[in-house]
Amino acid sequence: MATVASPSGTEEPSLQTASAVVAARRKAPSVMLLALSAVVALVLAAPLVFLLLEARGAGVDTVAHLIWRPLTETLLWNTVRLTVVVTVLCAIIGTSAAWFVECTDLPLRRLWAVLVVIPFAIPDFVVSFGWASLSTWVQGFRGAVLVMTLAVYPLVYLPVAASFRSADPGQEEAARSLGLGRIQTFVRVTLRQAQGAILGGCLLVTLVILAEYGAFEILGYQTFTTEIFTELQVSFSVATACALSLVLVLLGIVVLGGDVLVQGKGRVVRTGSFAQRATRRHSLGRARLPVLVGFVVLVALALGVPIGSSVYWMFQGGAQSIAGVSILSASWHTALYSGSAAALATLMALPVALLAVRHGSRAARLLERSTYLVLAMPGLVIALALSYFAERYADGFGYQTAPLLVVAYAILFFPLALVGVRASVAYAPVGLEEAARSLGARRLAVFGRVILPLVGPGLAAAFCLVFLAGLTELTATLLLVPTGVQTLSTQFWAYQQNLSYGQAAPFALVIIAVAAVPSYVIARYFDRLPARATRSM
Amino acid sequence: MNRWRGLAVAAALVAVGGVLAGCGSSESANSITLYSGQHVQTTESLVAAFEKSTGIQVNVRSDDEDTLADEIETEGSNSPADVIYTENSPALEFLQGKGLLGPVPPATLAQVPAKYNSPEGDWVGVSLRVSVMIYNPKLISASQLPTSVLQLGDPQYKGKLAFSASETDFQPIITSVARTDGQAAAVKWLKGIASNAGSRVYPDNEMIASEVNRGTVAFGVIDQYYWYRMQAEIGKSNMHSQLAYFAPYDPGYVIDVSGAAVLKSSDQKANADRFLAFLVSKQGQEIIAHSTSFEYPVVPSVTTAQPETPFNRLQPNAITIADLGDGSTAINLLKQAGLL
Repeated sequence: MATVASPSGTEEPSLQTASAVVAARRKAPSVMLLALSAVVALVLAAPLVFLLLEARGAGVDTVAHLIWRPLTETLLWNTVRLTVVVTVLCAIIGTSAAWFVECTDLPLRRLWAVLVVIPFAIPDFVVSFGWASLSTWVQGFRGAVLVMTLAVYPLVYLPVAASFRSADPGQEEAARSLGLGRIQTFVRVTLRQAQGAILGGCLLVTLVILAEYGAFEILGYQTFTTEIFTELQVSFSVATACALSLVLVLLGIVVLGGDVLVQGKGRVVRTGSFAQRATRRHSLGRARLPVLVGFVVLVALALGVPIGSSVYWMFQGGAQSIAGVSILSASWHTALYSGSAAALATLMALPVALLAVRHGSRAARLLERSTYLVLAMPGLVIALALSYFAERYADGFGYQTAPLLVVAYAILFFPLALVGVRASVAYAPVGLEEAARSLGARRLAVFGRVILPLVGPGLAAAFCLVFLAGLTELTATLLLVPTGVQTLSTQFWAYQQNLSYGQAAPFALVIIAVAAVPSYVIARYFDRLPARATRSM
Repeated sequence: MNRWRGLAVAAALVAVGGVLAGCGSSESANSITLYSGQHVQTTESLVAAFEKSTGIQVNVRSDDEDTLADEIETEGSNSPADVIYTENSPALEFLQGKGLLGPVPPATLAQVPAKYNSPEGDWVGVSLRVSVMIYNPKLISASQLPTSVLQLGDPQYKGKLAFSASETDFQPIITSVARTDGQAAAVKWLKGIASNAGSRVYPDNEMIASEVNRGTVAFGVIDQYYWYRMQAEIGKSNMHSQLAYFAPYDPGYVIDVSGAAVLKSSDQKANADRFLAFLVSKQGQEIIAHSTSFEYPVVPSVTTAQPETPFNRLQPNAITIADLGDGSTAINLLKQAGLL
């Protein structure tokens, strides 16, 4: 398994190896599987349907007027330049960090492997709060670049590290023996091998930036997403907010389409899993100290600043006492909602992943791909869609209750669950299942003793990814949370918005503390991938 | 492998727990639901005192007031809300225009000077604020500041001004300028502001206050209470900014009204009416007068206990609630100027 965290087609080569035996007798998917996948697809399509309905309600004129106004140009420029710059920076930082950790004799590698992933678990709005509250330099475009890069580079790091770990060292050796220099080998072989993973990570980064709200609000940087919120706030117009969201969806489609084009070219061919073996690590030599300093700086910026400034504000603004009860209650509800959503999203991802991996038809892959569009939609839009359907078609049933919020989370973070589930399903080729059945094992026993052990870790990783994302979700929560309930992020937001930094800070720290556990699990999971991959193939 | 199985079991348990928790939250008979766009701390102290004196439980939902107004519109007759409490009048005027608010009992309205209530009588004023300038003396001297809001678009303030297009507190000023000088002049004025502010277009007044105070930008227009709240939060020693008033009766010298209303769809009207009556009662107004939200009580017999300019010494513009309307004029002008 080369690129587990990559959403794109890069798993294909190794996947084909894994299921090569199966390919010959690939069957049509069962009706049950198709039906379940269809239900999931319908649920995921709900927000888009809502956007189209609302935008139509606003009328073509209004929408056209809204899109061709002077501000759109600024928004487009702001959104595009930020996305491009951050994506490039993330690609560079994520890839080089991954290479140093996986392919060199960097000291304390295991420690760095965990530390560089944890920033993923810190909410973007906490990172920007941490920076913006310390220095006036951090705002606007440069602030947004700094904060977003530090907050999301792990999305590139994770898949690329997994890819380097399982890369075929033979190719590098062959290149060297054929007279290619070190640097040329790195560019033409090593990077090429990781290309799919890098692009996959970049895709996630791009989509996440398109939908980001909290961080930009704090930094005072206008993008399409912040404008959608403004539109809703100042003009009481859901319809116009929806029309603007459609622009965002279009941008998402452009990004996904571009990814398909790029991925289509130059696919890396892997020889079978036998090529996987312990690699001799590159010696850093005299570069060791600078690289080490680089890692210290990266971790200090991405982890140290948000944590440090939260601690600072907690003691600085010590005028008010910290409400212990409200922190406990907020933590409990946050964990409850995120945990339920993680379980639901993982379940929802199963049929889609099975369909895509075992019956890799073009339609199945298109379905899998299109689910990534959800990432480009702000949480608020998805929440609006759900409340709209609940009010219009269900007489308010479920509105502002925990289950609806959980469903919103599950839709929002479905792509993250799919990443983990897809990888784990690929570990359990249908052949193993059939072999176990033919040896007389009952259905349930097959599931418990064959399938679950193989897919378990991947499912746990999917669970943790969604859990983490739910922990830091803000905008959908504000709209759908049951009245009277606060989550860690809504409470943090309420205080932060009031400039009550001292009261906001403890909530930021609790979020970081709670997030540390699942991110450690994820880091360990991706860390152990190759060993498992060789065993299961 | 046991570890993973344990995780899976935990996940299942959490999922079941989530569903149960969702079903468990039902509304008891003697309770009302409050949608509040007011500052969390102020609302909390008002609600706590109301619950204590009446025994009626209040479920609070806090969010941006315009988001709450949108929600109520979507919810229609199903709305779980009984009372809405906002920082500014336009959100209430919007809901009133949609026919979603019920009439406020005359006895409650009578507590408040008529000019701070809804002209139609569907919402009652609760507290007041005034628009002022915040400036950083290191970056601009008091004598360089404009005396009229109309000068904000002058080229001499290029790079000095912070502005928030999405801040609801600024909309009344735009409406006021348009009322004084006409819409075309207002658009021109806003374009000047946009050019002066450049990239310093912030999401809200809190950010303008904090950025001016930190010295990122020289000055901006806010409601007075943000400055006092910031001082209470970060301490006097960290205050590097000061307040300045516009010339008396200037179009920029505007009183903003925070108000509350009972929804027409409420099934707890009696309790909801009691909450409104409490907000404008002596007890409720005293809480506002002493709270760290630094708003002015709306009832004339209660005066702010905080060290700010007394309300009766202010000399604001004569613009009325009806002139302010639901704010749609201001929004259209902002759009024409490319700020929204």
